[in-house]
Amino acid sequence: MEIPYAVQPREDTGLYNAKLGIWLFLASEVMLFGALFSSYILLRVGAAPGAWPHGLLNIPIGTLNTLVLITSSVTVVMAWASLKMNQLSRFKMYQTLTVLFALTFVCIKSYEYHDKFTHYEVVLKDGKSMTGHIEGSPMLWNLTKLNVKKIPSITFTPEAAHGSHDAKSEGAAGASAHGEPTKIATSDIVKLECFGPFHNTYLAIYFTLTALHALHVIGGAIVIGYILFTSGRWWKKNPEQLTNRVEVSGLFWHFVDLVWIFLFPVLYLL
Amino acid sequence: MQPTSHSTHAATHHEHEHYDPGFLRKYVFSTDHKVIGIQYAITALVFLFIGYSLMAMMRWQLAYPGQPIPLVGGLLEKVLGDAALEGKMSGDLYNAFGAMHGTIMVFLGIVPLAFAAFGNFVVPLQIGAPDMTFPRVNMASYQSFFVGGVIMLVSFFIPGGAAQAGWTSYSPLATVTPTAGQTWWIIGMIFLITSSLLGAVNFIATIIQLRAPGMTWMRLPFFVWAQFVTAFLLLLAFPPLEAAAVMQLMDKVAGTSFFLPTGLVISERVADISGGGSPLLWQHLFWFLGHPEVYVLILPAMGIVCEVLCNNSRKPIWGYKSLVYSLFAIGFLSFIVWAHHMYLTGMGTAISTFFQTTTMIISIPSVIILTVFFISLWGGSIRFNTPMLFTLAFLPMFGIGGLTGLPLGFNFSDIHLHDTYYVIGHFHYVVAPGTIFGLFAGIYYWFPKATGRMMNEFWGKVHFWLSLIFMNAIFMPMFHQGMGGMLRRMSDGGVNYSLAQNADALGAMSDSLIKTNVHVSHAAWALGLAQIPFIINFFVSMWRGRKVTSDNPWEATTLEWQTPTPPPHGNFTKPITVHRGPYEYSVPGHKLDFTPQNQA
Repeated sequence: MEIPYAVQPREDTGLYNAKLGIWLFLASEVMLFGALFSSYILLRVGAAPGAWPHGLLNIPIGTLNTLVLITSSVTVVMAWASLKMNQLSRFKMYQTLTVLFALTFVCIKSYEYHDKFTHYEVVLKDGKSMTGHIEGSPMLWNLTKLNVKKIPSITFTPEAAHGSHDAKSEGAAGASAHGEPTKIATSDIVKLECFGPFHNTYLAIYFTLTALHALHVIGGAIVIGYILFTSGRWWKKNPEQLTNRVEVSGLFWHFVDLVWIFLFPVLYLL
Repeated sequence: MQPTSHSTHAATHHEHEHYDPGFLRKYVFSTDHKVIGIQYAITALVFLFIGYSLMAMMRWQLAYPGQPIPLVGGLLEKVLGDAALEGKMSGDLYNAFGAMHGTIMVFLGIVPLAFAAFGNFVVPLQIGAPDMTFPRVNMASYQSFFVGGVIMLVSFFIPGGAAQAGWTSYSPLATVTPTAGQTWWIIGMIFLITSSLLGAVNFIATIIQLRAPGMTWMRLPFFVWAQFVTAFLLLLAFPPLEAAAVMQLMDKVAGTSFFLPTGLVISERVADISGGGSPLLWQHLFWFLGHPEVYVLILPAMGIVCEVLCNNSRKPIWGYKSLVYSLFAIGFLSFIVWAHHMYLTGMGTAISTFFQTTTMIISIPSVIILTVFFISLWGGSIRFNTPMLFTLAFLPMFGIGGLTGLPLGFNFSDIHLHDTYYVIGHFHYVVAPGTIFGLFAGIYYWFPKATGRMMNEFWGKVHFWLSLIFMNAIFMPMFHQGMGGMLRRMSDGGVNYSLAQNADALGAMSDSLIKTNVHVSHAAWALGLAQIPFIINFFVSMWRGRKVTSDNPWEATTLEWQTPTPPPHGNFTKPITVHRGPYEYSVPGHKLDFTPQNQA
């Protein structure tokens, strides 16, 4: 038994099955990310005046990542076009480039995550609060962890003058404004928290959206890589179906790019 | 086996003989839409039974609060420990059973049976397709559903028990409950959402791509249309719940505050959270799924009703196009009515007014559909067999369910009725004697196609009449209780809340209103007993039932009856071409009173 229109398009709809399937799937994905973007709007509109943080993210790095992803969108089209022109080796080159760009994106994203997990806010018993880095750049520490590990004190490098806590000086880009490293006794600390998703609702939605997007990038890279590795076999067996697969995975890839095109201004710039 | 190919009968037959994938591939890891449909059906029926059992135990607690549950109380204590100390149902256990009754019935019982089981088995047959477009995706859909179901069941036995925050899982309650049940619930839901996503994509693609030549859109059986719109609802409404589930999961495990407001107090202490979240956000996202979900529950049943009704009144449907357009109107409108579940949240009168207006508008296409069904009966020569009885009962039952929804849709009357037993009565009239009767009709109707044997008519009728009586005996008094002020989600049936000893107190309910719980519970248990004839009939008929003498025992017009019985892998033995509409019964001048769609 063979399923009709698995490879050849049906005349009256002009589509082969998988192409229709991926468009439907993407419609569902639009609703998924749409719901998260709506949540972003609702949380931001509902935030207390002045509470929504700005400038927490590194814009140059975000821009670089945007460029990486846009370039991968080009290579994914070139891979498909190469197959259409019967050039398997060119296809393989572009397909490899796409996977590499995807990995680059994920690496840069991980660096940004690491940056947030080593960036701390500390509140002292005398009511002072400051943001900065702990010596040795430990990840995801908090007061409970210090007590459990029996660490008597931390060496803290604040980003700006003690006690100041306005949005401007919090910027990761403003790293040049570092103050002097100070030793803080654990017993003086009321609260120690890195800029993880639990720090505020902005970071919560930032991590949720970008992590879900990164999962899509990784999933897409796996599929594109799989098609690359099996392409030699499929080229002999059924070149048309291989081209279809590249087209369908490419459609997904464009969607993943498009989500980032929305994510970048919303999370980094606005 | 392409419908377009010109393979001869003999050649196709040859192909079938060679299809022998072995037991595991054929029955467990099957890619055949009919086997997957039956897998879904059996799993869903088991879950319906589990969902019913939870409720049957809760009904004991409502009728006789604080008394040990007979028969199963000891077993509960052994398995669940302190939650059922001395065989009595604790408040936490009542909450867990209530939450899981809703979850299991909706997501693991009705939707899989109405949409996935019937849709899988019937849709490809009715459109003349050899299978679904993506058979392996179809298999993955069932497996994902199965895993989700197992996760939900296992969650009963983890420390602290299953989720307790109701099937709606409102935050912050769901988030701050200190047990892990809610986390399991979320993870189970993510599997179920994945399953329905895969299913929905498959259904839509199948209906668009694999219609047989000549099967134009307006020749589709109404059941296919119903599944088509349902699939779109699932495709587009479930993802926001998935987003919400991910955010609630983050709240549970990563310490975020998506749904937790600033200054949240838990057990008289200000919670150590960042705050800034919005409990309303969860409700918006949940009901954005929740309301289309209601139509996911009812539309497939309407599709089944249409098939059975035309077949047994031996008449074409009156107003086919009105049906189809109403269906689309419902599908579209169901996305913009969700906040009528939230009138009491303080979201503002302007928003309430908007949603109250859309809610009233959506009742119009529903009424059109019901009217079309009633008018179609007019002047028919009706056969009162079991599927038809269930179908005929569906019409007034769904009517009651729908009409009692109107006072809930107006925000001023909803202030009184919100969160009372009135809501439970309304909703269950739509889904229990409504949808479930439609599903029973479908089971009795398509059973001979799936097995080659008829179900017993006598026991079918016993099943029908008892179910009809007890369904009404359960849910009709609930309207009365609700209007009297009895709130839902009270684990003692309102005894403490009502201050029954002091009937003059504000908010007090009369003794008779509380005593009604006892009658309702007895009816609920009787309803369970009334399903025994069905269960026995189902299994005995499978092996011992009267064999069908033709591939088309109901003398129906649609394509599923043009296959061998049961249909082989690949369905049709010869290419199918469609020449006419779906319900050409009693066409003047024809020798027979039915003209199959593929007859030239």
